[in-house]
Amino acid sequence: MIFNIAMRELRSLFLSPLAWAILAIKLHVLSWIFLFQLDRFLEIQPKLGGMQGAPGLTSLVAIPLLDTAAFLLMLIIPLISMRLISEERRGQTLSLLFSAPVSMTEIILGKYLGILAFLSVMLALIVLMPLSLFLGANLDGGLLASGIIGLFLITASYAAIGLLMSALTKEPLIAAISSFGVFLLLWIIDGVNNAGQNNLATGLFNYLSISSHYQNFSHGIINSADFSYFGLLIITAIILSIRRLDAYRLQH
Amino acid sequence: MTEDVLIQVNDLCRDYGSLHALKNVSFSLRRGEVLGFLGLNGAGKSTTMQIISGNLAPTSGEVKINGYDILEQPKQAKASLGFLAEQPPLYRELTVNEYLLFCARLNRIAKNDIAKAITRACERCGLNDVRKRLIGNLSKGYQQRVGIAQAIIHTPEVVILDEPTVGLDPIQIREIRQLIRELGNDHSVILCTHILPEVQSTCDRVLIINHGQIAVEDTLAGLDARVQKNSIRVRLNQPPKATQLNIADLNSTLNILNAEVLSEQEFTLQCGANFDQATFIQYCVQQDWDISELSPITNALEQMFINITCNDIDSPAATEVAS
Repeated sequence: MIFNIAMRELRSLFLSPLAWAILAIKLHVLSWIFLFQLDRFLEIQPKLGGMQGAPGLTSLVAIPLLDTAAFLLMLIIPLISMRLISEERRGQTLSLLFSAPVSMTEIILGKYLGILAFLSVMLALIVLMPLSLFLGANLDGGLLASGIIGLFLITASYAAIGLLMSALTKEPLIAAISSFGVFLLLWIIDGVNNAGQNNLATGLFNYLSISSHYQNFSHGIINSADFSYFGLLIITAIILSIRRLDAYRLQH
Repeated sequence: MTEDVLIQVNDLCRDYGSLHALKNVSFSLRRGEVLGFLGLNGAGKSTTMQIISGNLAPTSGEVKINGYDILEQPKQAKASLGFLAEQPPLYRELTVNEYLLFCARLNRIAKNDIAKAITRACERCGLNDVRKRLIGNLSKGYQQRVGIAQAIIHTPEVVILDEPTVGLDPIQIREIRQLIRELGNDHSVILCTHILPEVQSTCDRVLIINHGQIAVEDTLAGLDARVQKNSIRVRLNQPPKATQLNIADLNSTLNILNAEVLSEQEFTLQCGANFDQATFIQYCVQQDWDISELSPITNALEQMFINITCNDIDSPAATEVAS
Protein backbone atom coordinates (compact mmCIF):
# COMPACT_ATOMS: atom_id res chain seq x y z
CA MET A 1 0.00 0.00 0.00
CA ILE A 2 2.80 2.39 0.97
CA PHE A 3 4.56 1.29 -2.20
CA ASN A 4 1.46 1.99 -4.31
CA ILE A 5 1.15 5.54 -2.98
CA ALA A 6 4.90 6.07 -3.42
CA MET A 7 4.76 4.88 -7.03
CA ARG A 8 1.85 7.19 -7.79
CA GLU A 9 3.77 10.09 -6.26
CA LEU A 10 6.89 9.26 -8.25
CA ARG A 11 4.93 8.91 -11.47
CA SER A 12 3.18 12.23 -10.96
CA LEU A 13 6.52 13.88 -10.22
CA PHE A 14 8.02 12.60 -13.44
CA LEU A 15 4.90 13.65 -15.34
CA SER A 16 5.31 17.23 -14.21
CA PRO A 17 7.65 19.50 -16.15
CA LEU A 18 8.86 21.03 -12.89
CA ALA A 19 10.69 17.88 -11.83
CA TRP A 20 12.43 17.51 -15.18
CA ALA A 21 13.39 21.18 -15.24
CA ILE A 22 14.82 20.94 -11.74
CA LEU A 23 16.78 17.80 -12.58
CA ALA A 24 18.18 19.31 -15.76
CA ILE A 25 19.16 22.66 -14.30
CA LYS A 26 20.66 21.23 -11.15
CA LEU A 27 22.77 18.72 -13.05
CA HIS A 28 23.85 21.40 -15.47
CA VAL A 29 25.03 23.71 -12.69
CA LEU A 30 26.74 20.93 -10.76
CA SER A 31 28.55 19.54 -13.78
CA TRP A 32 29.82 23.01 -14.55
CA ILE A 33 31.17 23.28 -11.00
CA PHE A 34 32.62 19.78 -11.27
CA LEU A 35 34.50 20.55 -14.48
CA PHE A 36 35.69 23.85 -13.13
CA GLN A 37 37.08 22.24 -9.99
CA LEU A 38 38.66 19.42 -11.95
CA ASP A 39 40.35 21.96 -14.18
CA ARG A 40 41.73 23.86 -11.20
CA PHE A 41 42.94 20.63 -9.64
CA LEU A 42 44.87 19.80 -12.80
CA GLU A 43 46.46 23.25 -12.65
CA ILE A 44 47.75 22.92 -9.11
CA GLN A 45 48.49 19.19 -9.30
CA PRO A 46 52.25 19.64 -9.94
CA LYS A 47 52.59 21.76 -6.78
CA LEU A 48 50.61 19.25 -4.71
CA GLY A 49 52.92 16.49 -5.85
CA GLY A 50 55.80 18.11 -3.98
CA MET A 51 53.91 18.54 -0.70
CA GLN A 52 53.86 16.11 2.18
CA GLY A 53 50.34 14.89 3.07
CA ALA A 54 48.72 17.12 0.48
CA PRO A 55 44.95 16.81 -0.04
CA GLY A 56 44.03 14.51 -2.88
CA LEU A 57 41.60 14.45 -5.75
CA THR A 58 38.73 13.24 -3.55
CA SER A 59 38.88 16.02 -1.01
CA LEU A 60 39.65 18.72 -3.57
CA VAL A 61 37.10 17.80 -6.25
CA ALA A 62 34.61 15.15 -5.16
CA ILE A 63 33.78 16.36 -1.66
CA PRO A 64 33.39 20.07 -2.60
CA LEU A 65 31.03 18.93 -5.33
CA LEU A 66 28.91 17.01 -2.83
CA ASP A 67 28.99 19.99 -0.45
CA THR A 68 27.72 22.27 -3.18
CA ALA A 69 25.04 19.72 -4.01
CA ALA A 70 23.94 19.62 -0.37
CA PHE A 71 23.64 23.39 -0.35
CA LEU A 72 21.77 23.54 -3.65
CA LEU A 73 19.36 20.84 -2.47
CA MET A 74 18.33 23.23 0.29
CA LEU A 75 17.01 25.54 -2.44
CA ILE A 76 15.57 22.84 -4.64
CA ILE A 77 13.82 20.40 -2.33
CA PRO A 78 11.19 22.90 -1.13
CA LEU A 79 10.10 23.28 -4.76
CA ILE A 80 9.56 19.55 -5.08
CA SER A 81 8.18 18.80 -1.63
CA MET A 82 5.79 21.76 -1.49
CA ARG A 83 3.07 20.03 -3.49
CA LEU A 84 3.17 16.67 -1.69
CA ILE A 85 0.09 17.21 0.45
CA SER A 86 -0.94 20.82 -0.02
CA GLU A 87 -1.71 20.20 -3.67
CA GLU A 88 -3.89 17.22 -2.81
CA ARG A 89 -5.77 19.47 -0.44
CA ARG A 90 -6.19 22.16 -3.05
CA GLY A 91 -7.24 19.73 -5.76
CA GLN A 92 -9.47 17.92 -3.26
CA THR A 93 -7.91 14.61 -4.20
CA LEU A 94 -7.19 13.92 -0.56
CA SER A 95 -10.73 12.55 -0.21
CA LEU A 96 -9.69 9.64 -2.42
CA LEU A 97 -7.01 8.64 0.09
CA PHE A 98 -9.17 9.40 3.11
CA SER A 99 -12.11 7.28 1.98
CA ALA A 100 -9.92 4.34 0.95
CA PRO A 101 -8.99 1.69 3.49
CA VAL A 102 -5.59 3.25 4.10
CA SER A 103 -4.18 4.62 7.34
CA MET A 104 -2.71 8.09 7.73
CA THR A 105 0.67 6.50 8.43
CA GLU A 106 0.55 4.67 5.12
CA ILE A 107 -0.35 7.86 3.26
CA ILE A 108 2.51 9.83 4.78
CA LEU A 109 5.09 7.05 4.44
CA GLY A 110 4.00 6.51 0.84
CA LYS A 111 4.40 10.19 0.06
CA TYR A 112 7.76 10.27 1.79
CA LEU A 113 9.11 7.24 -0.04
CA GLY A 114 7.85 8.69 -3.31
CA ILE A 115 9.78 11.92 -2.98
CA LEU A 116 12.77 10.08 -1.55
CA ALA A 117 12.84 7.84 -4.62
CA PHE A 118 12.83 10.89 -6.87
CA LEU A 119 15.61 12.54 -4.88
CA SER A 120 17.61 9.30 -4.94
CA VAL A 121 17.51 9.39 -8.73
CA MET A 122 18.82 12.94 -8.55
CA LEU A 123 21.58 11.94 -6.11
CA ALA A 124 22.56 8.97 -8.25
CA LEU A 125 23.05 11.27 -11.23
CA ILE A 126 25.13 13.67 -9.13
CA VAL A 127 27.26 10.91 -7.65
CA LEU A 128 28.01 9.60 -11.13
CA MET A 129 30.24 12.64 -11.67
CA PRO A 130 32.85 11.95 -8.99
CA LEU A 131 32.53 8.22 -9.67
CA SER A 132 33.55 8.83 -13.28
CA LEU A 133 36.97 9.87 -11.96
CA PHE A 134 37.59 6.23 -11.09
CA LEU A 135 38.12 5.69 -14.82
CA GLY A 136 41.41 7.52 -14.82
CA ALA A 137 42.46 8.25 -11.26
CA ASN A 138 42.77 6.86 -7.80
CA LEU A 139 40.13 8.09 -5.39
CA ASP A 140 39.78 7.72 -1.64
CA GLY A 141 36.82 5.34 -1.75
CA GLY A 142 36.10 5.56 1.97
CA LEU A 143 35.98 9.33 2.04
CA LEU A 144 33.79 9.41 -1.06
CA ALA A 145 31.38 6.83 0.42
CA SER A 146 31.16 8.80 3.63
CA GLY A 147 30.41 11.97 1.69
CA ILE A 148 27.69 10.20 -0.29
CA ILE A 149 26.06 8.81 2.86
CA GLY A 150 26.09 12.30 4.36
CA LEU A 151 24.52 13.78 1.24
CA PHE A 152 21.82 11.12 1.26
CA LEU A 153 21.02 11.67 4.93
CA ILE A 154 20.78 15.44 4.57
CA THR A 155 18.53 14.97 1.52
CA ALA A 156 16.29 12.56 3.40
CA SER A 157 16.00 15.06 6.28
CA TYR A 158 15.15 17.90 3.94
CA ALA A 159 12.49 15.76 2.30
CA ALA A 160 10.91 14.88 5.67
CA ILE A 161 10.80 18.53 6.76
CA GLY A 162 9.45 19.54 3.36
CA LEU A 163 6.70 16.93 3.73
CA LEU A 164 5.78 18.29 7.16
CA MET A 165 5.59 21.86 5.85
CA SER A 166 3.42 20.68 2.99
CA ALA A 167 1.08 19.00 5.45
CA LEU A 168 0.78 22.20 7.45
CA THR A 169 -0.61 24.46 4.76
CA LYS A 170 -2.95 24.46 1.82
CA GLU A 171 -0.76 26.81 -0.20
CA PRO A 172 2.19 25.11 -1.91
CA LEU A 173 4.17 28.34 -2.03
CA ILE A 174 3.88 28.88 1.70
CA ALA A 175 5.02 25.29 2.20
CA ALA A 176 8.04 25.96 -0.02
CA ILE A 177 9.00 29.17 1.73
CA SER A 178 8.62 27.74 5.21
CA SER A 179 10.63 24.63 4.34
CA PHE A 180 13.35 26.84 2.96
CA GLY A 181 13.27 28.93 6.12
CA VAL A 182 13.64 25.84 8.32
CA PHE A 183 16.50 24.46 6.22
CA LEU A 184 18.34 27.75 6.32
CA LEU A 185 17.85 28.06 10.07
CA LEU A 186 19.13 24.53 10.65
CA TRP A 187 22.08 25.30 8.42
CA ILE A 188 23.19 28.52 10.15
CA ILE A 189 22.03 27.87 13.71
CA ASP A 190 25.55 27.03 14.91
CA GLY A 191 26.68 30.52 13.90
CA VAL A 192 26.56 31.46 17.60
CA ASN A 193 29.62 29.28 18.07
CA ASN A 194 31.68 31.88 16.32
CA ALA A 195 31.30 34.16 19.31
CA GLY A 196 33.85 31.90 20.96
CA GLN A 197 31.78 31.17 24.04
CA ASN A 198 31.59 27.63 25.18
CA ASN A 199 28.54 27.04 27.28
CA LEU A 200 25.48 24.86 27.22
CA ALA A 201 23.66 27.02 24.69
CA THR A 202 26.37 26.88 22.08
CA GLY A 203 26.63 23.14 22.60
CA LEU A 204 22.90 22.82 22.01
CA PHE A 205 22.93 24.97 18.92
CA ASN A 206 25.89 23.09 17.66
CA TYR A 207 24.03 19.84 18.09
CA LEU A 208 20.93 21.21 16.39
CA SER A 209 22.84 22.45 13.40
CA ILE A 210 22.42 20.28 10.35
CA SER A 211 25.63 21.57 8.79
CA SER A 212 27.88 20.49 11.67
CA HIS A 213 26.57 16.94 11.42
CA TYR A 214 26.83 16.94 7.67
CA GLN A 215 30.43 18.22 7.77
CA ASN A 216 31.53 15.22 9.80
CA PHE A 217 30.50 13.03 6.91
CA SER A 218 32.34 15.14 4.37
CA HIS A 219 35.46 14.86 6.52
CA GLY A 220 35.12 11.12 6.36
CA ILE A 221 33.95 10.78 9.95
CA ILE A 222 31.02 8.40 10.37
CA ASN A 223 29.70 8.26 13.90
CA SER A 224 26.48 7.15 15.47
CA ALA A 225 25.70 10.58 16.95
CA ASP A 226 25.31 12.03 13.46
CA PHE A 227 23.26 9.08 12.32
CA SER A 228 20.92 9.44 15.25
CA TYR A 229 20.63 13.19 14.65
CA PHE A 230 19.42 12.68 11.10
CA GLY A 231 17.30 9.71 12.14
CA LEU A 232 15.58 11.72 14.87
CA LEU A 233 15.01 14.63 12.52
CA ILE A 234 13.36 12.41 9.91
CA ILE A 235 11.25 10.42 12.37
CA THR A 236 10.06 13.55 14.18
CA ALA A 237 9.05 15.25 10.94
CA ILE A 238 7.21 12.16 9.74
CA ILE A 239 5.35 11.61 13.01
CA LEU A 240 4.31 15.26 13.08
CA SER A 241 3.11 14.97 9.47
CA ILE A 242 0.97 11.96 10.35
CA ARG A 243 -0.51 13.78 13.34
CA ARG A 244 -1.16 16.80 11.19
CA LEU A 245 -2.93 14.80 8.49
CA ASP A 246 -5.04 13.13 11.14
CA ALA A 247 -5.98 16.48 12.64
CA TYR A 248 -6.96 17.76 9.23
CA ARG A 249 -10.25 15.89 9.61
CA LEU A 250 -11.01 17.50 12.94
CA GLN A 251 -11.03 21.15 11.99
CA HIS A 252 -11.81 23.04 8.87
CA MET B 1 -32.98 -9.34 4.40
CA THR B 2 -34.54 -5.93 4.94
CA GLU B 3 -33.04 -5.83 8.41
CA ASP B 4 -29.57 -5.90 6.91
CA VAL B 5 -28.37 -2.42 7.89
CA LEU B 6 -25.24 -1.25 6.09
CA ILE B 7 -24.95 2.29 7.39
CA GLN B 8 -26.08 3.32 10.81
CA VAL B 9 -25.71 6.98 11.74
CA ASN B 10 -26.49 7.94 15.32
CA ASP B 11 -26.85 11.47 16.71
CA LEU B 12 -24.32 13.01 14.41
CA CYS B 13 -23.31 16.58 15.29
CA ARG B 14 -20.75 18.76 13.65
CA ASP B 15 -19.83 22.33 14.53
CA TYR B 16 -17.74 24.73 12.54
CA GLY B 17 -16.76 27.16 15.24
CA SER B 18 -20.04 28.61 16.49
CA LEU B 19 -21.98 27.34 13.47
CA HIS B 20 -23.85 24.10 14.08
CA ALA B 21 -23.75 22.48 10.67
CA LEU B 22 -25.33 19.23 11.82
CA LYS B 23 -27.62 18.67 14.77
CA ASN B 24 -28.42 15.13 15.92
CA VAL B 25 -28.65 13.53 12.51
CA SER B 26 -29.60 9.85 12.67
CA PHE B 27 -30.58 7.52 9.87
CA SER B 28 -29.83 4.10 8.47
CA LEU B 29 -29.36 2.54 5.08
CA ARG B 30 -30.32 -1.05 4.30
CA ARG B 31 -28.79 -3.36 1.75
CA GLY B 32 -29.91 -2.79 -1.84
CA GLU B 33 -31.54 0.53 -1.07
CA VAL B 34 -31.09 3.81 -2.92
CA LEU B 35 -31.43 6.67 -0.49
CA GLY B 36 -31.93 10.20 -1.77
CA PHE B 37 -30.37 12.78 0.48
CA LEU B 38 -32.04 16.08 -0.26
CA GLY B 39 -31.43 19.57 0.95
CA LEU B 40 -30.81 23.11 -0.14
CA ASN B 41 -27.27 24.34 -0.64
CA GLY B 42 -25.62 24.62 2.73
CA ALA B 43 -28.15 22.42 4.52
CA GLY B 44 -25.46 19.96 5.64
CA LYS B 45 -25.56 17.34 2.89
CA SER B 46 -21.90 17.36 2.02
CA THR B 47 -20.85 17.61 5.64
CA THR B 48 -22.81 14.46 6.41
CA MET B 49 -21.34 12.63 3.44
CA GLN B 50 -17.82 13.67 4.35
CA ILE B 51 -18.29 12.42 7.88
CA ILE B 52 -19.66 9.07 6.71
CA SER B 53 -16.76 8.65 4.31
CA GLY B 54 -14.20 9.47 6.97
CA ASN B 55 -13.05 12.74 5.44
CA LEU B 56 -14.27 14.75 8.38
CA ALA B 57 -14.49 13.88 12.05
CA PRO B 58 -17.86 14.46 13.72
CA THR B 59 -18.06 16.69 16.80
CA SER B 60 -20.14 13.96 18.39
CA GLY B 61 -22.15 10.93 17.35
CA GLU B 62 -21.16 7.73 15.61
CA VAL B 63 -21.18 6.27 12.14
CA LYS B 64 -21.16 2.53 11.57
CA ILE B 65 -20.56 1.07 8.15
CA ASN B 66 -21.28 -2.61 7.80
CA GLY B 67 -21.03 -2.84 11.57
CA TYR B 68 -17.62 -1.15 11.85
CA ASP B 69 -17.21 2.24 13.48
CA ILE B 70 -15.65 4.69 11.04
CA LEU B 71 -13.44 6.24 13.73
CA GLU B 72 -12.47 3.13 15.67
CA GLN B 73 -12.02 0.64 12.83
CA PRO B 74 -11.57 2.93 9.85
CA LYS B 75 -9.90 0.36 7.60
CA GLN B 76 -12.63 -2.24 7.85
CA ALA B 77 -15.35 0.40 7.59
CA LYS B 78 -13.82 2.08 4.55
CA ALA B 79 -13.28 -1.23 2.78
CA SER B 80 -17.02 -1.48 2.17
CA LEU B 81 -17.37 2.11 1.05
CA GLY B 82 -17.04 3.89 -2.27
CA PHE B 83 -17.16 7.67 -2.18
CA LEU B 84 -17.45 10.28 -4.89
CA ALA B 85 -16.97 13.73 -3.40
CA GLU B 86 -18.63 16.84 -4.75
CA GLN B 87 -15.50 17.53 -6.73
CA PRO B 88 -14.25 14.20 -8.12
CA PRO B 89 -10.81 13.43 -6.66
CA LEU B 90 -8.91 12.99 -9.91
CA TYR B 91 -5.21 13.16 -10.68
CA ARG B 92 -5.34 15.08 -13.91
CA GLU B 93 -1.86 14.07 -15.02
CA LEU B 94 -2.69 10.36 -15.10
CA THR B 95 -4.54 8.42 -17.77
CA VAL B 96 -7.86 6.79 -16.91
CA ASN B 97 -6.19 3.38 -16.82
CA GLU B 98 -3.35 4.51 -14.57
CA TYR B 99 -5.73 6.27 -12.25
CA LEU B 100 -8.06 3.31 -11.89
CA LEU B 101 -5.10 1.01 -11.37
CA PHE B 102 -4.00 3.24 -8.49
CA CYS B 103 -7.52 3.25 -7.03
CA ALA B 104 -7.81 -0.52 -7.37
CA ARG B 105 -4.57 -1.03 -5.46
CA LEU B 106 -5.56 1.60 -2.93
CA ASN B 107 -8.69 -0.38 -2.20
CA ARG B 108 -6.65 -3.57 -1.78
CA ILE B 109 -8.12 -5.51 -4.68
CA ALA B 110 -6.22 -8.80 -5.07
CA LYS B 111 -3.52 -8.58 -7.71
CA ASN B 112 -5.13 -11.12 -10.04
CA ASP B 113 -8.49 -9.38 -10.00
CA ILE B 114 -7.27 -5.85 -10.69
CA ALA B 115 -7.44 -5.99 -14.49
CA LYS B 116 -10.90 -7.50 -14.32
CA ALA B 117 -12.11 -4.90 -11.84
CA ILE B 118 -10.85 -2.02 -14.00
CA THR B 119 -12.49 -3.46 -17.12
CA ARG B 120 -15.77 -3.93 -15.31
CA ALA B 121 -15.78 -0.42 -13.85
CA CYS B 122 -14.94 1.08 -17.25
CA GLU B 123 -17.72 -0.86 -18.91
CA ARG B 124 -20.29 0.18 -16.35
CA CYS B 125 -19.36 3.84 -16.59
CA GLY B 126 -18.92 3.88 -20.37
CA LEU B 127 -15.21 4.66 -20.23
CA ASN B 128 -13.91 2.07 -22.65
CA ASP B 129 -13.12 4.58 -25.39
CA VAL B 130 -11.12 6.91 -23.19
CA ARG B 131 -9.10 4.49 -21.10
CA LYS B 132 -5.77 5.63 -22.52
CA ARG B 133 -6.49 9.35 -22.40
CA LEU B 134 -5.29 11.81 -19.80
CA ILE B 135 -7.95 12.63 -17.25
CA GLY B 136 -7.09 16.33 -17.49
CA ASN B 137 -8.04 16.31 -21.18
CA LEU B 138 -11.43 14.65 -20.71
CA SER B 139 -14.68 16.59 -20.72
CA LYS B 140 -16.44 17.27 -17.45
CA GLY B 141 -18.93 14.48 -18.07
CA TYR B 142 -16.24 11.90 -18.59
CA GLN B 143 -14.32 13.14 -15.57
CA GLN B 144 -17.46 12.66 -13.52
CA ARG B 145 -17.74 9.11 -14.83
CA VAL B 146 -14.13 8.42 -13.92
CA GLY B 147 -15.05 9.63 -10.45
CA ILE B 148 -17.93 7.16 -10.29
CA ALA B 149 -15.75 4.36 -11.67
CA GLN B 150 -13.32 5.08 -8.85
CA ALA B 151 -16.11 4.76 -6.30
CA ILE B 152 -17.37 1.40 -7.57
CA ILE B 153 -14.14 -0.26 -8.64
CA HIS B 154 -13.89 -2.46 -5.55
CA THR B 155 -17.64 -3.28 -5.68
CA PRO B 156 -18.24 -1.79 -2.24
CA GLU B 157 -21.43 -2.53 -0.37
CA VAL B 158 -22.17 1.17 -0.05
CA VAL B 159 -21.66 3.82 -2.71
CA ILE B 160 -21.97 7.46 -1.73
CA LEU B 161 -22.39 9.94 -4.56
CA ASP B 162 -22.31 13.63 -3.71
CA GLU B 163 -24.07 15.62 -6.44
CA PRO B 164 -22.91 13.36 -9.26
CA THR B 165 -24.74 15.15 -12.07
CA VAL B 166 -23.61 18.71 -11.47
CA GLY B 167 -22.42 20.35 -14.65
CA LEU B 168 -23.43 17.56 -17.00
CA ASP B 169 -25.52 17.87 -20.14
CA PRO B 170 -29.04 16.33 -20.24
CA ILE B 171 -27.93 13.18 -22.05
CA GLN B 172 -25.12 12.58 -19.62
CA ILE B 173 -27.46 13.21 -16.70
CA ARG B 174 -29.79 10.56 -18.06
CA GLU B 175 -26.94 8.09 -18.47
CA ILE B 176 -25.65 8.70 -14.96
CA ARG B 177 -29.14 8.26 -13.51
CA GLN B 178 -29.44 5.02 -15.41
CA LEU B 179 -26.10 3.99 -13.93
CA ILE B 180 -27.24 4.87 -10.42
CA ARG B 181 -30.35 2.74 -10.86
CA GLU B 182 -28.18 -0.14 -12.01
CA LEU B 183 -25.93 0.35 -9.01
CA GLY B 184 -28.98 0.12 -6.82
CA ASN B 185 -29.43 -3.51 -7.89
CA ASP B 186 -26.37 -4.81 -6.14
CA HIS B 187 -25.07 -1.93 -4.02
CA SER B 188 -26.66 0.38 -1.51
CA VAL B 189 -26.45 3.94 -2.72
CA ILE B 190 -26.69 7.29 -1.01
CA LEU B 191 -27.42 9.95 -3.59
CA CYS B 192 -26.86 13.43 -2.36
CA THR B 193 -28.46 16.16 -4.43
CA HIS B 194 -30.76 19.14 -4.59
CA ILE B 195 -32.28 18.12 -7.91
CA LEU B 196 -35.72 16.68 -7.22
CA PRO B 197 -36.39 14.75 -10.46
CA GLU B 198 -33.11 12.95 -9.89
CA VAL B 199 -34.36 11.60 -6.60
CA GLN B 200 -37.73 10.71 -8.07
CA SER B 201 -36.25 8.75 -10.91
CA THR B 202 -33.68 6.83 -8.91
CA CYS B 203 -34.41 6.57 -5.20
CA ASP B 204 -36.45 4.23 -3.02
CA ARG B 205 -36.35 6.36 0.04
CA VAL B 206 -35.94 10.07 0.62
CA LEU B 207 -34.39 11.99 3.43
CA ILE B 208 -34.74 15.76 3.50
CA ILE B 209 -32.27 17.69 5.58
CA ASN B 210 -32.79 21.31 6.51
CA HIS B 211 -30.51 23.47 8.61
CA GLY B 212 -28.52 20.49 9.75
CA GLN B 213 -31.53 18.53 10.94
CA ILE B 214 -33.46 15.76 9.31
CA ALA B 215 -36.88 17.12 8.42
CA VAL B 216 -38.46 14.17 6.66
CA GLU B 217 -37.54 10.55 6.18
CA ASP B 218 -39.87 8.39 4.15
CA THR B 219 -40.26 6.28 1.03
CA LEU B 220 -41.40 7.99 -2.16
CA ALA B 221 -44.76 6.21 -1.90
CA GLY B 222 -45.05 7.26 1.71
CA LEU B 223 -44.45 10.87 0.73
CA ASP B 224 -47.20 10.62 -1.87
CA ALA B 225 -49.56 9.36 0.76
CA ARG B 226 -48.53 12.06 3.16
CA VAL B 227 -49.20 14.85 0.74
CA GLN B 228 -52.83 14.10 0.03
CA LYS B 229 -53.62 17.41 -1.44
CA ASN B 230 -53.10 16.91 -5.13
CA SER B 231 -53.20 19.94 -7.31
CA ILE B 232 -54.44 20.45 -10.81
CA ARG B 233 -53.92 23.24 -13.22
CA VAL B 234 -56.88 24.26 -15.34
CA ARG B 235 -57.35 26.70 -18.15
CA LEU B 236 -60.85 28.11 -18.63
CA ASN B 237 -61.57 30.21 -21.69
CA GLN B 238 -64.60 31.76 -20.05
CA PRO B 239 -63.76 31.77 -16.38
CA PRO B 240 -66.36 32.73 -13.81
CA LYS B 241 -66.00 36.04 -12.08
CA ALA B 242 -64.48 35.83 -8.65
CA THR B 243 -67.72 37.03 -7.07
CA GLN B 244 -69.67 34.14 -8.55
CA LEU B 245 -67.43 31.58 -6.97
CA ASN B 246 -67.92 30.14 -3.56
CA ILE B 247 -65.07 27.98 -2.34
CA ALA B 248 -67.21 26.33 0.31
CA ASP B 249 -69.66 25.38 -2.39
CA LEU B 250 -66.93 24.01 -4.63
CA ASN B 251 -65.61 22.07 -1.72
CA SER B 252 -68.84 20.30 -1.00
CA THR B 253 -69.72 19.47 -4.60
CA LEU B 254 -66.30 18.96 -6.19
CA ASN B 255 -63.96 18.55 -3.25
CA ILE B 256 -61.78 21.53 -4.20
CA LEU B 257 -60.08 22.97 -1.18
CA ASN B 258 -58.60 26.09 -2.59
CA ALA B 259 -58.15 27.96 -5.85
CA GLU B 260 -55.24 30.08 -6.82
CA VAL B 261 -55.43 32.53 -9.70
CA LEU B 262 -52.40 32.32 -11.97
CA SER B 263 -53.63 34.58 -14.74
CA GLU B 264 -56.98 35.63 -16.13
CA GLN B 265 -57.71 32.15 -17.46
CA GLU B 266 -55.38 29.89 -15.54
CA PHE B 267 -55.95 28.53 -12.07
CA THR B 268 -54.34 26.09 -9.71
CA LEU B 269 -56.81 24.09 -7.72
CA GLN B 270 -55.93 22.21 -4.58
CA CYS B 271 -58.00 19.09 -4.46
CA GLY B 272 -59.14 16.88 -1.65
CA ALA B 273 -58.82 13.11 -1.54
CA ASN B 274 -62.23 12.50 -3.18
CA PHE B 275 -61.66 14.78 -6.10
CA ASP B 276 -62.80 13.28 -9.40
CA GLN B 277 -61.62 14.79 -12.67
CA ALA B 278 -64.60 13.57 -14.72
CA THR B 279 -67.08 15.19 -12.35
CA PHE B 280 -65.09 18.38 -12.44
CA ILE B 281 -65.08 18.51 -16.25
CA GLN B 282 -68.79 17.81 -16.35
CA TYR B 283 -69.32 20.64 -13.92
CA CYS B 284 -67.25 22.99 -16.06
CA VAL B 285 -69.30 22.13 -19.11
CA GLN B 286 -72.52 22.67 -17.19
CA GLN B 287 -71.34 26.08 -16.08
CA ASP B 288 -70.15 26.96 -19.62
CA TRP B 289 -66.64 27.79 -18.45
CA ASP B 290 -65.21 26.36 -21.67
CA ILE B 291 -62.43 24.31 -20.15
CA SER B 292 -59.52 23.84 -22.54
CA GLU B 293 -56.73 22.44 -20.40
CA LEU B 294 -56.42 20.29 -17.31
CA SER B 295 -53.13 18.96 -16.02
CA PRO B 296 -52.60 17.27 -12.68
CA ILE B 297 -49.65 18.34 -10.57
CA THR B 298 -48.94 15.36 -8.40
CA ASN B 299 -45.48 16.14 -7.21
CA ALA B 300 -45.53 15.09 -3.61
CA LEU B 301 -41.79 15.32 -3.23
CA GLU B 302 -41.55 18.79 -4.62
CA GLN B 303 -44.41 19.94 -2.49
CA MET B 304 -42.87 18.42 0.58
CA PHE B 305 -39.53 19.91 -0.19
CA ILE B 306 -40.95 23.35 -0.83
CA ASN B 307 -43.16 23.16 2.24
CA ILE B 308 -40.21 22.41 4.44
CA THR B 309 -37.79 24.89 2.99
CA CYS B 310 -40.38 27.63 2.48
CA ASN B 311 -41.73 27.46 6.01
CA ASP B 312 -38.28 28.23 6.89
CA ILE B 313 -37.92 31.15 4.53
CA ASP B 314 -41.14 32.57 5.95
CA SER B 315 -39.60 32.90 9.34
CA PRO B 316 -36.21 34.60 9.72
CA ALA B 317 -34.86 35.06 6.22
CA ALA B 318 -38.01 36.49 4.70
CA THR B 319 -38.47 39.07 7.41
CA GLU B 320 -34.91 40.16 6.89
CA VAL B 321 -35.57 40.74 3.22
CA ALA B 322 -38.83 42.53 3.98
CA SER B 323 -37.31 44.93 6.46
